[in-house]
Amino acid sequence: MTSAPQGHAPPDPPPTSTGRNTELMLLVFAVAIVSTALVIVESAQGDGFSAEILKFIAAYAALCAIAHFIVRRFAPYADPLLLPLVATLNGLGLVMIHRLDLGSARSDELLKATERTNNADQQLLWAFVGILVFAATVIVIRDHRTLSRYAYTLGLGGLIFLALPAILPSSMSEINGSKIWIRTPLFNIQPGEFSKILIIVFTAAFLVSRRDLFTTAGKQFAGIDFPRARDLGPLLGAWVIAVGVLAFESDLGTSLLIFATVLTMLYVATGRVSWLMLGFTLFALAAVVAYQLFFHLQMRVAVWRDPFEQYDTYGYQVAQSLFGFATGGMFGTGLGSGRPNIVPFANTDFILTSFGEEIGLVGLTAIVMLYLLFVIRGLRTAIAVRDSFGKLLAAGLSFTIVFQLFVVFGGVSKLIPLTGLTTPFLAYGGSSLLANYLLLALLIRISNAAREPDAPKVKPKRKVEELATRMVQRS
Amino acid sequence: MNRPIQRVAIAAIVLVVALLANATYLQVFKADKLKSDSRNSRVLLDEYSRERGVIVAADGTVLAESVPTDSKFKYLRKYPTAPRAFAPVTGYFSFVYRADRGVEAAEDAVLNGNDDRLFTQRFMDMFSGRDPRGGNVVTTIDPKLQRTAYRELANGDCDGPCRGSVVALEPSTGKILAMASSPSYDPNQIATQDFNEAEQAWRRMTADGAGSPLVNRATSELYPPGSTFKVVSTAAALANGQNPNTRLTADARWKLPGSGAYLTNDSDSTCPGSSGGTVTLTQAFEHSCNTAFAQLLTEKVPGDAGEKVAKFTSAAKQFGIGEDPAGIPMSVAKSSVGDIGEDLAALGQSAIGQRDVRTTVLSNAVIAATVANGGVRMHPYVVDRLQTADLRTINTTSPTAVNRPLTADQADTITGMMVDSEQNTSGAQSGIASKTGTAEHSDDAEAGDTPYAWYIGFSPSSNSRIAVAVLVENSGQGQNSYGGTVAAPIGRAVMNAYTGGAR
Repeated sequence: MTSAPQGHAPPDPPPTSTGRNTELMLLVFAVAIVSTALVIVESAQGDGFSAEILKFIAAYAALCAIAHFIVRRFAPYADPLLLPLVATLNGLGLVMIHRLDLGSARSDELLKATERTNNADQQLLWAFVGILVFAATVIVIRDHRTLSRYAYTLGLGGLIFLALPAILPSSMSEINGSKIWIRTPLFNIQPGEFSKILIIVFTAAFLVSRRDLFTTAGKQFAGIDFPRARDLGPLLGAWVIAVGVLAFESDLGTSLLIFATVLTMLYVATGRVSWLMLGFTLFALAAVVAYQLFFHLQMRVAVWRDPFEQYDTYGYQVAQSLFGFATGGMFGTGLGSGRPNIVPFANTDFILTSFGEEIGLVGLTAIVMLYLLFVIRGLRTAIAVRDSFGKLLAAGLSFTIVFQLFVVFGGVSKLIPLTGLTTPFLAYGGSSLLANYLLLALLIRISNAAREPDAPKVKPKRKVEELATRMVQRS
Repeated sequence: MNRPIQRVAIAAIVLVVALLANATYLQVFKADKLKSDSRNSRVLLDEYSRERGVIVAADGTVLAESVPTDSKFKYLRKYPTAPRAFAPVTGYFSFVYRADRGVEAAEDAVLNGNDDRLFTQRFMDMFSGRDPRGGNVVTTIDPKLQRTAYRELANGDCDGPCRGSVVALEPSTGKILAMASSPSYDPNQIATQDFNEAEQAWRRMTADGAGSPLVNRATSELYPPGSTFKVVSTAAALANGQNPNTRLTADARWKLPGSGAYLTNDSDSTCPGSSGGTVTLTQAFEHSCNTAFAQLLTEKVPGDAGEKVAKFTSAAKQFGIGEDPAGIPMSVAKSSVGDIGEDLAALGQSAIGQRDVRTTVLSNAVIAATVANGGVRMHPYVVDRLQTADLRTINTTSPTAVNRPLTADQADTITGMMVDSEQNTSGAQSGIASKTGTAEHSDDAEAGDTPYAWYIGFSPSSNSRIAVAVLVENSGQGQNSYGGTVAAPIGRAVMNAYTGGAR
């Protein structure tokens, strides 16, 4: 706890530029990249240019424009990189989903004919809804600190939301064998994506409210300071429910993601590595027990060790994914010139494989760098913002993105066992996109607070000799 | 809190570095292995839509080519010339069943363009913006002869559709002039771009009762050579102190040494031309007397049991029987005399090409060609030249002598015997040297199982231009099938088609 209470912080010099013009320029750049990619895809698929290409570019540019306008109007001091980075990722995702739609209509890209998919339009629609969610969040939540007041409500809501698919009958909650959905007549949502954010908000608020107790009270045991049970109780409770529910729904990816994010926030709040150690130990124990209990977990580990051993059954997806990456090689086959449709779930769980095949290691590195840049800007916001809640929230939201990327990319490239998460902003899927736009809105809001100059005050010009002793202002 | 956040940032970087390191491993270091995995359908899809090289006969007749199509794949593999006759040579290239037979499989790397020797062409194509193309394969096959061989074989005197094979070689070089197998298949049916059709065709071809058309009976199947193996036995005897005038028993039945079993001549008859109960080796060869050959190897060849067996085995090995066969470039099954041990009774039976002796038709053709070539065994081959797509030769197969199983004199001696043997065969033709064989292949011989009919020979008998081996599994004569009546006419027709000899 090193940050000084807000009133006492030395005022930053007002930024000479808010960065909005930089943001606009970067957004134009994003539109250019995405348009070029679309043109390459269409020409490589060789069916002539369709009117769709104009539709996509116009819609995408409109999205960027709306988002930029919202930020310019309601969060003028926000970090100018966050939005363009997300826009680029979302745009590239759209291009790849459109490309996979085109490929699904061609039998020479597949071994077996499948139904033609038409997901790009839906994804575009979801992106629009995502921007609406983004706008609403930025407009309604004028100060991120207000969120901490509703922390328990939000946390509880997150848990209930999370648990719903487990309680609902399968007909209302199961798709492709995973019981992690809430199905409505109009659309299906994956509550885990939203719960993740709610739980992060709750955790941040909770840790801030107890932060003094964290550092002072508690017993020491085996070199670790344990807080009193009633301090940590609600957090542990929430966490046990979250992980328990997810284990019940066998949604390993989300459960791992929430666990890692909460643990990281705990570390950020306390600064104690011993908590990480404790967390890892708990995780290891849980993993061993779960491994003994769940067949599908044993299968995943077996596939991770050798996907080719069970090529015809469980290993097929991962094996095909590895073939895709290998075929892409260093520079890829070129956008639209590969055969990413061979990999199952090419536009959702395995969209990074699709990129790996068509734009190669070089392209993948670029995409991963976009994520890393986003995460680093998020963490930078966490450092810059002055209130502890904002710090924890920004850190949690940022870390969850990079960890999700790690779990997804690591899973499809056989670095770690496959768990099934979506690639943020890139993969096809409404819930994921909406939830991540919500996440972006919160980060934008926090970064706005971090970079916003204090309310204009007449600051007395101080002389050099006065700097030795500091005036303490009373508010 | 700022310091932990900085550490989280470092952790984020570490995670990303781990991801990229793993991706680098996958996409750079392990890529080649994964790319070439047969289960990676992308490679096959690419090859299937690439212009694969052509396979041509010795005179340039196109046996396999890739023709452009407007459908989902850019090219369709076609076998335009008598596909069933040439199938054992070409093999097939199918999306569903890939290339795993014939020249298509053996020279796959050249045909699909991945061979290192095509590097220059690939390089130039890359610069001229051409799609990668495969190289061409020029075979040694004489298309007219191949058609004749297949036609004669398929229309032979058989019980139902003929099952068997004909192999014709050029004795002086080892060039395979024809290699027919029956029943055959149409590779177009499995190369089709309609994968359902291909699968149905495959099911028909592999169904029980279809007669295994996909099996190349010239190289992949092993058969008891029967009396044709007396050529090898004679060579073993000549190499071990015997001569054409060695006197041998003419008895119709002869007790195998060290056993109570009797070996009989065909039809239980005494060997023709005997005097005083014996015949010369030449006479025994001409009339294919079993008892005489059993005695020749078990008694006349000097040494104890082990030495006799060793002499026989090594003579056979000189002809390539029991040797690990080199590809042609297709793989060839390994012919063998079986494990005789020190059993003289087994040696006696092996001497007449029975018991555990098994040869491919190709290997038997090589035996005939070796005699025809004055005793020098040439390595058989079917690929004459490899070319780039623009017809520049990148490799020519030069004839190679493997060894010399027979001296020139011994070869002359056996040639003489084979000329006489031909004269004692029904439908005999002058100028041909041959040996027939009628091989029992199961314990049901007594119960009426049709024996395999063999004929090996060469023409003309001096300075011969062609050597053949013919095998028919299911002669129409039933138990009275003889190599001389079923296989010989096919062999003669094939040789005459090449030499222009009498019909």
